[in-house]
Amino acid sequence: MKLIFEKSAAGRRGVQTAKSDVAETINIKKEFLRDKPAEITELSELDVVRHFTELSRRNFGVDTNFYPLGSCTMKYNPKVTERIASYPGFAHLHPLLPQLRGGGMLTQGALAVLYEMDLLLREITGMAGFTMQPLAGAHGELTGIMIMAAYHRDKKNKKTTVLIPDSAHGTNPASAAIAGYKVVPIASTDKGVMNIDALKKNLNDEVAGLMLTCPNTLGLFDPNVKEICDLIHSVDGVTYCDGANLNAIVGKARPADFGFDIVHINLHKTFATPHGGGGPGAGPVGVTGKLVDYLPVSVVIKRDDGTYALEYDRPKSIGYIAPFYGNFAVILRAYVYILMLGREGLVRVSENAVLNANYVRVKLKDYFESAVDTICKHECVFSPSKEMLDSGIHSLDVAKALIDRGFHPPTVYFPTTVKEAMMIEPTETESKETLDAFIEAMKDIAAISVKSPEKIKAAPVTTPVCRPDETAAVKNLDLACL
Amino acid sequence: MVIKGLLYTKEHEWAKVEGDIATIGITDHAQEQLGEVTFVELPAVGREVVQKDEIGVVESTKAASDIFSPITGTVTEVNTKLKTSPEIINDDCYGQGWFCKIRITDKASLKNLLDAAQYEEYLKGL
Amino acid sequence: MPFIANTDEQRRQMLAEIGLSMERLFSDIPKKFQCGRLNLPQGLTEQEVRETLAAMAGKNSIDLTLFLGGGFYDHFIPAAVYSIISRSEFYTAYTPYQPEVSQGTLQAIYEYQSMICRLTDMQVANASLYDGGTAMYEAMMMTLRITGRNKVIIDTSVNPIYRVMIESYTRNLEIEHVQTQCTTGQVNREQIMAKLDNETAAVILQNPNFFGCIDDFSDIAEAAHKQGALLIVSCYPISLGILKTPGAMGADIVTGEGQCLGLPMSFGGPYLGFMATKMEYVRKMPGRIIGRTVDRNGNQCFVMTLQAREQHIRREKATSNICSNEALCAMTALVYITLMGKEGLRQTAQLCADKASYAYSRLTAIPGVKPHFGAKWFFNEFVLDLPKDAADVIVKLIEKGFAAGFPLSRYYPGMKNSMLVCVTEKRTKQQIGMFAEALESVL
Repeated sequence: MKLIFEKSAAGRRGVQTAKSDVAETINIKKEFLRDKPAEITELSELDVVRHFTELSRRNFGVDTNFYPLGSCTMKYNPKVTERIASYPGFAHLHPLLPQLRGGGMLTQGALAVLYEMDLLLREITGMAGFTMQPLAGAHGELTGIMIMAAYHRDKKNKKTTVLIPDSAHGTNPASAAIAGYKVVPIASTDKGVMNIDALKKNLNDEVAGLMLTCPNTLGLFDPNVKEICDLIHSVDGVTYCDGANLNAIVGKARPADFGFDIVHINLHKTFATPHGGGGPGAGPVGVTGKLVDYLPVSVVIKRDDGTYALEYDRPKSIGYIAPFYGNFAVILRAYVYILMLGREGLVRVSENAVLNANYVRVKLKDYFESAVDTICKHECVFSPSKEMLDSGIHSLDVAKALIDRGFHPPTVYFPTTVKEAMMIEPTETESKETLDAFIEAMKDIAAISVKSPEKIKAAPVTTPVCRPDETAAVKNLDLACL
Repeated sequence: MVIKGLLYTKEHEWAKVEGDIATIGITDHAQEQLGEVTFVELPAVGREVVQKDEIGVVESTKAASDIFSPITGTVTEVNTKLKTSPEIINDDCYGQGWFCKIRITDKASLKNLLDAAQYEEYLKGL
Repeated sequence: MPFIANTDEQRRQMLAEIGLSMERLFSDIPKKFQCGRLNLPQGLTEQEVRETLAAMAGKNSIDLTLFLGGGFYDHFIPAAVYSIISRSEFYTAYTPYQPEVSQGTLQAIYEYQSMICRLTDMQVANASLYDGGTAMYEAMMMTLRITGRNKVIIDTSVNPIYRVMIESYTRNLEIEHVQTQCTTGQVNREQIMAKLDNETAAVILQNPNFFGCIDDFSDIAEAAHKQGALLIVSCYPISLGILKTPGAMGADIVTGEGQCLGLPMSFGGPYLGFMATKMEYVRKMPGRIIGRTVDRNGNQCFVMTLQAREQHIRREKATSNICSNEALCAMTALVYITLMGKEGLRQTAQLCADKASYAYSRLTAIPGVKPHFGAKWFFNEFVLDLPKDAADVIVKLIEKGFAAGFPLSRYYPGMKNSMLVCVTEKRTKQQIGMFAEALESVL
């Protein structure tokens, strides 16, 4: 398919700009001007629409295919949230308005969304206060670690390290390092949970805290989570919960109750906001009472007269994490979703998510190698069977073969602690019928892998492209058409 | 494949000691784990390094491995061929795929290294 | 239950088929941690939630005529932008880790990267960062990595919100921040040149700056390079329809806010941080990058590349912790740019400048209203000094239906009577005239 630049034709226009209604044409000093117009394309509106429509047909989305990406929670994105996010009363609101004197009164509806969302998330997680500012999960992790650092600075603690399981998502150590801490990886047991002895060995007064995904990246709830948090607290460390897998326990259990001091939530996972091809997301961060003072500013408060306002006077705050109040339109979508599910709906979410994952797990465990042989939470992890590996078939091949059968592959090669990992997270928005079809496809692939592996190696054959050469992409860097 | 006569580290580097110059590279095990090498970051000539210091990175499309200096000394030469043809490391990791040369300033640091038999044992246990 | 697929009957059937009960499925969570009923309201139907949210939206004022900018702008957004990016194949797709089923996203982001390079005259761009502020912070961290130094110079004419963000992010780190004071409207060259030395990693500037003033930083780029330091320029994409590019000035890293490119103001986000740099620095650049390659049959295709820099491979040694970015917003910007086209972008920029110039003439003709700075050239924003407290004047103008501007005292001490006024192509001559009359009447 051609690049949009190759479709450009001199003189074509898409949208017409209005004629100027002022007499002046300002001629800015020549030295400050560009010497020739930017090499932007010249296309008609139809050209543009056709180009992007054609591109869209080269994508799988949740709306088109089952998308069981482990740790991503690719659940259905409700259309009503798109509708509401486009209400002019939300979309056309300038972010600086409430920073004008009396300007808060111009944005009461938007401030109410932020405030009410804070309360909902507190109830869901057990935390005492939330910030909506983090613009993604990883951004939330960084925010959480910065809060951890502010707490220790305030208490004059000398802390240099953060403990992180080796099974953690890469953003965890990356965030801790960026915030200025040294990362100490903690090994997992062969049961896939944290090795408590390894934790104890690395526990000392330099430990600022721990980052733990709960349920963890193998889709397991660590039975020792309270003990782990208590151990960290014993050195005045701060416990951070990576809430990426909240879908497994929402409505059933709350991170604050296990001993976590900080939690981030991925609204684009648990709370159904769209993934957008890689973003935008939102990663609100909740904290327990002892850390509330450190939350970023501004904070939305509710005054005695019932009106909402922005509060900046928080001397211990870590400052600004985002330019404003967070990815408002994403927060708004998640807020609508939570309102529609309500208390009973949220419980159903985790129940059905966990049931769906275990249904897939039990039905596939005789055809694939299970990473761990226990009940899982909302996702299950497999590797290709020994017979498949002996035939030369790897997880990547299984993934490509699934594409030909109309399914987006599961997450592959994560977590890194499981060899040839394939992590399957169906989510609760998928029906038994879809799961049955997926299970049949996986069984089929397993069988063909042993009988005629070359067929699996050839996959995918139904897509516009097949097995891009990623090595060539690095060695012959072509990162822009200039 | 492990070659006799070389010294090894647990981080899968090898060192060939000739007089007071050590030639450094990564082992067959390392290059196999990485897959096709796409990029190499070499240290600066003249840099003084302590054993276990990070002296460079070897990248493939799916992984990036830090290279740690097996010995204490000064970098005297780097294999500039790796800039244009990093895949030499896959083809000939003990020969043409050498990484850099270091003049040893602390002979005692050699004691911490493994010989071929010890490295082979170590690989078996992984 | 909304959005939950399986019925009670199907649940029963599935549990029976796998020989488990719902209680068993959650038995791994100790009973003392099972929280029981959450204190949340009952779920609402779609009709109810639309009514509730419509009422909340109704409590937000969107009828004011906007002369408020400050880095976030009320530009015209063509209808086709919404039509295209609301295709669910785009917005319900995931990060393109499986290239064969993501060529739509991948090619679009490659085209976006290309477009950013063409706009800014740089060689390579990433697939987006969260916003202009975090992009500036990431650029700064990049210069620390490249130079191995830890001192940065930043002028007060750079967006104050971004400067607060940078200070917040780096409190736990050993970085020396040197602030140079803008007094004429353009950057304080004297102070910058005095502070620039061989310990400086970067000079961070903005064009047009927060006050709307235009400059050419070529001399500063040259001076920085002589010291082995880098120049970061944060820019306003619409202005690049006519203004000299950061690339042409010699900038090493270009960042900025892409909200002006077809994204609604949306009360704070989602926005679009863009970053572009020189090819020699590509491996130090954070964020995802899409590259062009071929597949096993020789067909042109696109993939995420240089992933070895990123968190999922490098972990604590990654160039950044960024994972999710603003992909859909980047695509939105691309669609906007292609719909406006070469002439459209240029004309939009010219309209902004022309109308701002007209507004400037009308407003400074009002007795008591003066330009604050001596600098002559501005793009579509300028600072006015009023005879009274600007924040109070703004309150009065809101009552008259105008969001008159931004009171600079919020971030700049000693500028109590100063107001930052912005004019985009959407403002008409009539609106500007009425605004001038309203301002005169409240002074």
